[in-house]
Amino acid sequence: MVTKEMNNDTLLHVDDLKMHFPIHRGVFQRQVGAVRAVDGVSFDVKRGETLGLVGESGCGKSTTGRTILQLYKPTGGSVTFEGTDLVNLKGEQMRQMRRKMQMIFQDPYASLNPRMTVAQLVGEPLMVHNAATGAEINERVAHLLELVNLNPAFATRYPHEFSGGQRQRIGVARALALQPSFIICDEPISALDVSIQAQVVNLLEELQEQFNLTYLFIAHDLSMVRHISDRVAVMYLGVIVELATRDELYAKPLHPYTQALLSAVPIPDPVADAKRKRTILQGDVPSPANPPSGCRFRTRCPIAEAVCAESRPEFREIRPGHFVACFFAERFL
Amino acid sequence: MPDFILDVQGLETTFRTPDGVVHAVNGVSFGLLEGETLGVVGESGCGKSVTMLSVLGLIPSPPGKVEAGKAIFSGQDLLKMSKEDIRHVRGAQIGMVFQDPMTSLNPVLTIGRQLEEPLMLHIGMTKNQARERAAELLSMVGIPNAKDRLNDYPHQYSGGMRQRVMIAMALSCSPQILIADEPTTALDVTIQAQIMDLVKRLRDELGMAIIWITHDLGVVAGLAQRVLVMYGGFIIEEAPVQELYSNPEHPYTIGLLGSLPRVDEKERTKLFSIEGQPPVLYQKPDACPFAPRCKWAMEHCWQENPPLLVVGPEHRAACWVDTRTGRHR
Repeated sequence: MVTKEMNNDTLLHVDDLKMHFPIHRGVFQRQVGAVRAVDGVSFDVKRGETLGLVGESGCGKSTTGRTILQLYKPTGGSVTFEGTDLVNLKGEQMRQMRRKMQMIFQDPYASLNPRMTVAQLVGEPLMVHNAATGAEINERVAHLLELVNLNPAFATRYPHEFSGGQRQRIGVARALALQPSFIICDEPISALDVSIQAQVVNLLEELQEQFNLTYLFIAHDLSMVRHISDRVAVMYLGVIVELATRDELYAKPLHPYTQALLSAVPIPDPVADAKRKRTILQGDVPSPANPPSGCRFRTRCPIAEAVCAESRPEFREIRPGHFVACFFAERFL
Repeated sequence: MPDFILDVQGLETTFRTPDGVVHAVNGVSFGLLEGETLGVVGESGCGKSVTMLSVLGLIPSPPGKVEAGKAIFSGQDLLKMSKEDIRHVRGAQIGMVFQDPMTSLNPVLTIGRQLEEPLMLHIGMTKNQARERAAELLSMVGIPNAKDRLNDYPHQYSGGMRQRVMIAMALSCSPQILIADEPTTALDVTIQAQIMDLVKRLRDELGMAIIWITHDLGVVAGLAQRVLVMYGGFIIEEAPVQELYSNPEHPYTIGLLGSLPRVDEKERTKLFSIEGQPPVLYQKPDACPFAPRCKWAMEHCWQENPPLLVVGPEHRAACWVDTRTGRHR
């Protein structure tokens, strides 16, 4: 289990977080089961760091992000942000906390209201939270647009007049408006073209340095996560299977899933690509409504044994700062 | 002149839109050798998909129009063929796999029915022969219990399995060429690795030529022998795969490779970013289409669009500037 005590370095502490979505069937809409999207996830995020959260589609990484921000009411577990337990906060208290935690969404086409101008979009958080009034709003908006390298003269335009990369900058400006300390970036670049991705990632890195921001960077692109993160957590079917510093995770992955995932990423270099050893996983990810017993990964795992079906491997600290949920992780040490 | 099984010359395609005529493909020429795997790389809107759809006669007209060019396949120009004739080439001699396996399959027909259709249509198999062959094809692409699974509908298959079905369908009539348009983009990396492994195996077994269209330079590195890079409806660089990655010549290719983080990255460096964004061409450009984003751009670049110039053995790039010296070639 991740360290229980909170120290000053820890901005966010997530403990055994669960988010189950009920499945209703029949005339009376009785609950017949649950999609266990997030099923017992624990980790810390340190102040000023970027924690990467990677996994394939449907592994629960986005749900984890949304549940941390209390956009979904968690089924179980706790989320502690700057020492305050978010799960039991209500109404106005929660609203006040939201100023400090913001989100950048994946799809810059769907996440901006097409009927609002850029000034309204970026100014909206300021108005909602009474952070500025009147002319001050326009000033702040202009400043925010400059921060994300957009011309403040564009403030009167509508989202459809911008390209994908520019829209994502608007999304970043909106997230920055209330001067948060923590931003969850939910696949912020996966909808963008390759040459535009680098622009947005460089911007996020500059802003982090300038404002001492803390990021939870959710993505499926392992190369980009390696680039931007200080530490990386790997998710599979609702649970974190491995968490370590980025150098250690990429150099010496200890969980068989992480190993397979890393070996599947194509490298843009034919020589290096040809030299690699590939682990190709068989089959598909099982349904989170009916996950396998014991270790979630055992159905596709190349080294699974009988014990893996019987009990769930503990998420344990195998080396300082390196957590892994596998009975046989020692083999790879 | 090498012996190309597909030889495309001077292809131009436009689309009529409310904002004006968009020049999507502006004189693209390339050849495909027998058994070769050709990667076509570029960002969205660069014309890579439209090029292949034009060759196959799949451009919806209107609004699209193939304005000029030739596409010679076994002695015939595909662009001049009647709809009926090209329908017999597509599916039979040239197989296709598209990006989205969820929408490329008909949801109300069983997988078996959809696999049998081209076999009966193009090869003239009987229903029973087609059934048997369909089961063989499914097991060839690695789907267990193939015979039983023929009766399933697409929604009963996962994304990766649907893409396997698409590949089985494309290869069902033993085509000489397989055109794959971003076939792994909608899939997760571990599933992508499965599909690429499958394609490599089938290529070795069946020996067809492949045109693999993608925006992912990583995917092409592990698969193609030769690569075309497209930008603004032009081929801007062409080289054997190792040469392209070790000695990229066009500033766009250099920028694209520099903007990619690598999973085997040694230390954290700032990503190289290409400022600005790809163009939408409302008229055929007189200047180099990349000039507005290019840090090496010089006067000549604004005056004349460079043709593909030979820069090395089998290596051509459409750029006036030698990026190593910063001087005119």
